[in-house]
Amino acid sequence: MEGVFLSMVLMLSVFLGFELISKVPATLHTPLMSGANAISGITVVGALISAGGELGDLPTYLGAAAVMFAMINVVGGYMVTNRMLSMFKKKDKSQPGDKS
Amino acid sequence: MSLVVINFWYVIAAALFIFGLKKLGSPDSAVRGNIYSAAAMLIAVAVTLFNKNILSFDWIIIAAVAGSIIGAVAAQRVQMTSMPEMVAIFNGSGGIASLLVGWAALFNSGNTLLTNITVVISIVVGGMTFSGSILAWGKLSEIMNSAAVVFSGQRVVNSAIVLGLLLFSVLFCLEPSVSSPYLYLIISLSILLGVMAVLPIGGADMPVVISLLNSYSGLAACAAGLAINNNILIVAGSMVGAAGIILTNIMCKAMNRSLAHVLFSGFSAAKQATKVEGEVKPITADDAFLILEAAQSVTFVPGYGMAVAQAQHVVRELGELLEKNGADVTYAIHPVAGRMPGHMNVLLAEANVSYDQLIEMEDINPRIGGVDVAVVIGANDVVNPAARNDENSPIYGMPIINVDEARTVFVLKRSMASGFSGVDNPLFFCDNTRMLFGDAKQSISSVVAEFKI
Repeated sequence: MEGVFLSMVLMLSVFLGFELISKVPATLHTPLMSGANAISGITVVGALISAGGELGDLPTYLGAAAVMFAMINVVGGYMVTNRMLSMFKKKDKSQPGDKS
Repeated sequence: MSLVVINFWYVIAAALFIFGLKKLGSPDSAVRGNIYSAAAMLIAVAVTLFNKNILSFDWIIIAAVAGSIIGAVAAQRVQMTSMPEMVAIFNGSGGIASLLVGWAALFNSGNTLLTNITVVISIVVGGMTFSGSILAWGKLSEIMNSAAVVFSGQRVVNSAIVLGLLLFSVLFCLEPSVSSPYLYLIISLSILLGVMAVLPIGGADMPVVISLLNSYSGLAACAAGLAINNNILIVAGSMVGAAGIILTNIMCKAMNRSLAHVLFSGFSAAKQATKVEGEVKPITADDAFLILEAAQSVTFVPGYGMAVAQAQHVVRELGELLEKNGADVTYAIHPVAGRMPGHMNVLLAEANVSYDQLIEMEDINPRIGGVDVAVVIGANDVVNPAARNDENSPIYGMPIINVDEARTVFVLKRSMASGFSGVDNPLFFCDNTRMLFGDAKQSISSVVAEFKI
């Protein structure tokens, strides 16, 4: 039953992902990728549970290494995405303050 | 915190991820979208620390601090021209993290068959994402030759690897154990598969590969989520997977090639394009200045050459001077210009070009006939009219920016060499084309200097 439930979650989020991402304009595709990279660092959640659990030495080390790699993704991904997105500015030439 | 409460917070995090991606739909709201997404990640990580299976924090703190420092330093230091390499490395790091999480999940007690299958999937996808990304990084940073590596029997070797992976996976799932020799075979083969998959792909096809590896890194996270029964991993991982697949698709369409063709065949210039002959008409910076000064509308068409020459800042300077001179200035960007999706846009944004001047191919083509001067900077295949006219051309059918329809075309070029795909470009011989030979940055600087006199 659990398997069915998880596949349901999987299917719905794939559809939602397609809907949302196909609306991202081409201009933002590089930040979209680095942002997606940061999101894929979500494995850190699984890694934390292994690294902090007491299942033995090997799973702890595996988990700790995974935490490190995933945190590179999370921190690096969000920071570089933020850096890039803040460069996208619209110069207000004719109508200053017009944000649309 | 009980598991129910933790899962409730995961739902909130998932909603914030979705909201963040939605905000990425426009450059105005994108910064906020990224912050929502980061907040979602923070929530997910913070509540996980309350999981009662987590007993010791020593390793967590050391690993998290080390990872954060590496990530932060990399994010601060990276040059915008090197973003493709950065994304490739991050894809690889996401892949290896999923492999490790899957591996560690084997130590949990009471794993079902379904769990073991998903563990194998997360190891295989994670492993090949890791090694494939490292190889892609090597090719992008030109540490190694970026050309496609093709050898005879490649398909046989690759099929053998895939069959081996399937066989060992079945054997492993029949008798799962953390010390099973099949486990190590699966890990080694998946890493080998990643290398073999990226080897036959050349430099010009890199946008497709990075997008695809991006997708894999999400799918690996998704598989790891299935392995440890964690909803937030499934939701976030599948969103990343979807993002990568959409970008891969856009890149393939923009090159008029199928994904299978990109992945398996290298760039085979099997067909001989009709030889184009004629005389090119070189122009000096002085003459270029005179034409530009009289132009009412100017469109810049950047390609990877602009990134190599680091010319984006002088291009923006020239753009501003032209605007002051009363011309309408736009930047037309082909989807596969550069080494990753949207690469040119980021470079121009960094140089302070207003994003409403960045025009997509479909929007510029209908009105390119009214453009006085199209300035092609370090782009070649994406403006090659052979893609439209010459059925024998290897790039025939690829959508291009029709700069040849503009009143005058300037092509900035180092010398008369063909583009990445090795295809001759009839654009150079058009009546309305003027060649401005030399380093793109220097050529534009001299035009800028003329304007300032």
